[in-house]
Amino acid sequence: MRRILVGLKRVIDHGVRVHLRPDGSGVVTDGVKMSLNPFCEIALEEALRIREASRADEVVAVSLGPAEVEQQLRQALAMGADRAIRIEAEGALEPLTVARSLLAVAEREQPFLILLGKQAIDSDNNQTGQILAGLWGRPQATFASEIRLGESTVTVAREIDQGIEVLELDLPAVVTADLRLNEPRYVKLPQLLKAKKLPIETLTLTGLGIEPESQFRVIETTPPPSRTAGIRVESVDELVAILDERGLIP
Amino acid sequence: MTRVLVIAEHDDAELAPATLNVIGALRALAPQGVDVAVLAAGGESVARSAARIGGVGRVRLLARVENSPCLAAVWASQVAELASEYTHVLAPATTFGKDLIPRAAALRGAGALSDIVAIDGPYRFRRPVYAGNAIVTVEADPERTVFATVRPTAFSAPADEADAPIEALTLDVELPAHTRFVERRGDHRTGPDLQTASTVVVGGRGLGGPAGVALIEGLAARLGAAVGASRAAVDSGWMPNELQVGQTGKIVAPGLYLGIGVSGAIQHLTGIRDAGTIVAINKDAQAPICAAADIVLVADLFTAVPELVDRLDRRGAS
Repeated sequence: MRRILVGLKRVIDHGVRVHLRPDGSGVVTDGVKMSLNPFCEIALEEALRIREASRADEVVAVSLGPAEVEQQLRQALAMGADRAIRIEAEGALEPLTVARSLLAVAEREQPFLILLGKQAIDSDNNQTGQILAGLWGRPQATFASEIRLGESTVTVAREIDQGIEVLELDLPAVVTADLRLNEPRYVKLPQLLKAKKLPIETLTLTGLGIEPESQFRVIETTPPPSRTAGIRVESVDELVAILDERGLIP
Repeated sequence: MTRVLVIAEHDDAELAPATLNVIGALRALAPQGVDVAVLAAGGESVARSAARIGGVGRVRLLARVENSPCLAAVWASQVAELASEYTHVLAPATTFGKDLIPRAAALRGAGALSDIVAIDGPYRFRRPVYAGNAIVTVEADPERTVFATVRPTAFSAPADEADAPIEALTLDVELPAHTRFVERRGDHRTGPDLQTASTVVVGGRGLGGPAGVALIEGLAARLGAAVGASRAAVDSGWMPNELQVGQTGKIVAPGLYLGIGVSGAIQHLTGIRDAGTIVAINKDAQAPICAAADIVLVADLFTAVPELVDRLDRRGAS
């Protein structure tokens, strides 16, 4: 069985403007629309395309969190994932804990490829894939914009600061998805309804032998420095005059 | 006592400027000097450059043929080995540092901090979350080595010089062979580096195609500015990915930012919020960038940009 494991995270929807709690304890999540992290969705889409091209037999979606996370796992099933696993966990988890949990699942499922999003749009860490690959002792390719599977290798184009870098990795490997890897499919209502009836396997951190730890303690969450209101100019001459006055142009 | 190691980003010939900003950020934590690790195939010239940066106490040169070109899996084993001597191991929050640091941390059973924008104490840092819409203050466990990436635009490069010793080092570490470099494709454009330029000209969907791109390139050349792109301009295939500015591209903090035909999606605004002055030229007064900009000119870019270049030319001539 050639299996791909995909890690998924439930986050505040990317279209929602986040509001901070006034006491600095974090962001308001009550009554806020939650979604699959966009980069995770791209990772899942890629896994499905690989399976549809008959390069894999099964796509297994995994997420950590409370029961609500099943909404996102059901979306993954509706998109086409073959199985879904939820690892019961509460509160904010550090990437190290998430990576250890995914590794425990990988040891059980023996995937030839693990696909993750490059980062979650809430904590913006961009770490889980790299930590997982390090703990697993397997290759990593982050920021993937193209994935080509060979027999025992995968060739990945990565979007790096200098352009595109292409790496060849021995399988099994961890690849994290960037924006331009693909455009995820739309899920139609009948598929969503059908996915509601599908089983989701539930595991626990304790069952996996994982002790969640907190190496970094969040003291407070504050708004970013605000910018002053701007002005409107009516002509290029006026713009040049202001930039000149501020010493910003040669 | 803190002992700080910065991993140099370089291309085997030159030190990447972002490394200097990281050293600038960390020197306050290292009164005895920041150590800089240069992992390279040769690396002597990079090591010499690093040794001259103010705040550097020692350069440790790990020359091994496998170190070039940089592969995170190959470097991480060595960085993890070196880390046992340090309280802090840091790299720039570029695609290089983001790829390397978490893997090195994992090899020591630790997690990492991403994208530090302020240092309040040896174990107290601030970093952005939610695309920069919130800043968290985080305290790290002082019992463990802090692995972190540092946002280069949030800190200044040291202005002074040093003359630090260079120590050649051999580590008995087995390097993985499971990852192979195939090729690197870059645009190799000339002009200032996007992440350190004092002026940045960014084009968006409004450019409409190559003709619009040529216009902003002309403006950038006239201003001595770096050229950037919005996600829309990259997705349309008009500009290469490495020019993308925003949450998932490059974070920039120039003195002057000019957004030309850029609508200003939140992911883009996140990448420019630390710019000194934000100028938007857009024909749509309702575009989000117009609410975020310091100076807005509502105009058709195809007339406004040539007019702007013309005014700048005339100033130069007078």
